[in-house]
Amino acid sequence: MQAETIEAGVTDTAEVFVDFRRVFLSYDGADEFAVEDISLQTRQGEFIAIVGPSGCGKSTFMKLATGLKRPTRGSVAIAGADVTGPLKFVGMAFQAPTLLPWRTTLDNVLLPLEIVEPYRRDFKKNKAQYTERALKLLKTVGLDGYADKFPWELSGGMQQRASICRALIHEPKMLLLDEPFGALDAFTREELWCVLRDLWTERKFNVILVTHDLREAAFLADTIYVMSKRPGRIVARKENPLPRPRELALTYTDPFNALVHELREHIGRVRNT
Amino acid sequence: MKKISSMNHAARTLAPWILLLAILVVWQIICSALDVSEFIFPSPMAIIEAMIEFAGPIAHHALSTFWVTMVGFAIAVAVGVSLGFLIGSSPLLYAAAYPLMTAFNALPKAAFVPVLVVWFGIGAGPAILTAFLISFFPIMVNIATGLATLEPELEDVLRVLGAKRMDILLKVGMPRSLPYFFASLKVAITLAFVGSTVSEMNASNEGIGYLLVSAGSSMKMPLAFAGLVVIGAMAMAMYELFAIIEKRTTRWAHRGGNRS
Repeated sequence: MQAETIEAGVTDTAEVFVDFRRVFLSYDGADEFAVEDISLQTRQGEFIAIVGPSGCGKSTFMKLATGLKRPTRGSVAIAGADVTGPLKFVGMAFQAPTLLPWRTTLDNVLLPLEIVEPYRRDFKKNKAQYTERALKLLKTVGLDGYADKFPWELSGGMQQRASICRALIHEPKMLLLDEPFGALDAFTREELWCVLRDLWTERKFNVILVTHDLREAAFLADTIYVMSKRPGRIVARKENPLPRPRELALTYTDPFNALVHELREHIGRVRNT
Repeated sequence: MKKISSMNHAARTLAPWILLLAILVVWQIICSALDVSEFIFPSPMAIIEAMIEFAGPIAHHALSTFWVTMVGFAIAVAVGVSLGFLIGSSPLLYAAAYPLMTAFNALPKAAFVPVLVVWFGIGAGPAILTAFLISFFPIMVNIATGLATLEPELEDVLRVLGAKRMDILLKVGMPRSLPYFFASLKVAITLAFVGSTVSEMNASNEGIGYLLVSAGSSMKMPLAFAGLVVIGAMAMAMYELFAIIEKRTTRWAHRGGNRS
């Protein structure tokens, strides 16, 4: 029942995809660290979740993983290479969908292909092909027929679905989600869990999901990390024992609740320190 | 529901005309009742008579002012957008240029006209340039502000993909600044007319500005007022044109505007 400590959780180095080694980050030379001594390894195609109280450094962790910030100490490597800047095989979705309001949903989803090489170079030539890819993605998340609508004509849940499509259009190897469903109602959230689960099952990219919803982490992830209050440290790592494929009905069973309960206790300990 | 909103729409479109008519009627009544002299304050009837009598020259000068203003305004848009882009995209340039720009803008452009005449001679040259000098500032300021206040959340979407600064400015910054741009156009066009007219009053043989000076010196006040009416009408027409273009291109920014 005890979650393992970090040292015992390292996987076979040959398969390591995301590799954080003793990472520290302080913003703008401040004395206090935002995150401390983060060590974390993920396998390729693994779905990990990071849970923790507000302000624990989850967003900082995201910035380190995307290359938007360099660590003050320690190293971050993805796919074997040191991260020195934003990577083109990464897709990201935030809590706010931030679709550009002057573009249609379809054009929003195509946006990464206008930026990232090698798609950018041949964008005009391959536009029809890319459009088809985008429409297929939109269909997978249930936005069939909304391609020509503007973001303000879609509901919050639909915008978030479009945002996830945008994060996947350039076929990234890694998807980073920063509390993507935090602003949605419970029913839409559960629906989108299944959408995400199915997309991941089909494409098997690495997912790092940052969330405060323990049930979300327990339903979706292979491995769950618990972060402490600021300065954020990883205080626990739990391999998810629940078998796949997982249906929503699973969330009402005892093993599921036991897992959530265990995670809750870790968070409780963290919030009381 | 639809009937009410279309009545609302009709009311809104007619409102300025009704107000104008009301003002003209009151004006006419005051002039007739108090028998105000034409030299001091021409009545609407007198102005309309002057417009009919001098239709030819008025049209000729109006056209001259119009194209001069349009050329100056076009230069103002080009320069305003370019400078705005430069200043808005670099905090350093913003800090360096803004105080100087503000100081420049405070200078009365009428004072520039003699200098411009020395450089470019009498006529269209100074008029175009005065129109430009006076009207590029609001455009520049608005574009710079639109770019400088770009929300980080919108920027992050592209940064995460490894987009270069220019990508972000062109794909997110500029479209996002369009509403500000159109707002500045509406202000700038009125300033441009002021600029060209002021120049024409001092250093030209063509244009409404010249007509105003000429009519004034021969005591034909109704004609002078007629010239002013014509300028007002031209400026308003351009304003409406920009408003229409704005509505078409920035629908996304005005979606809250359907509430009465």
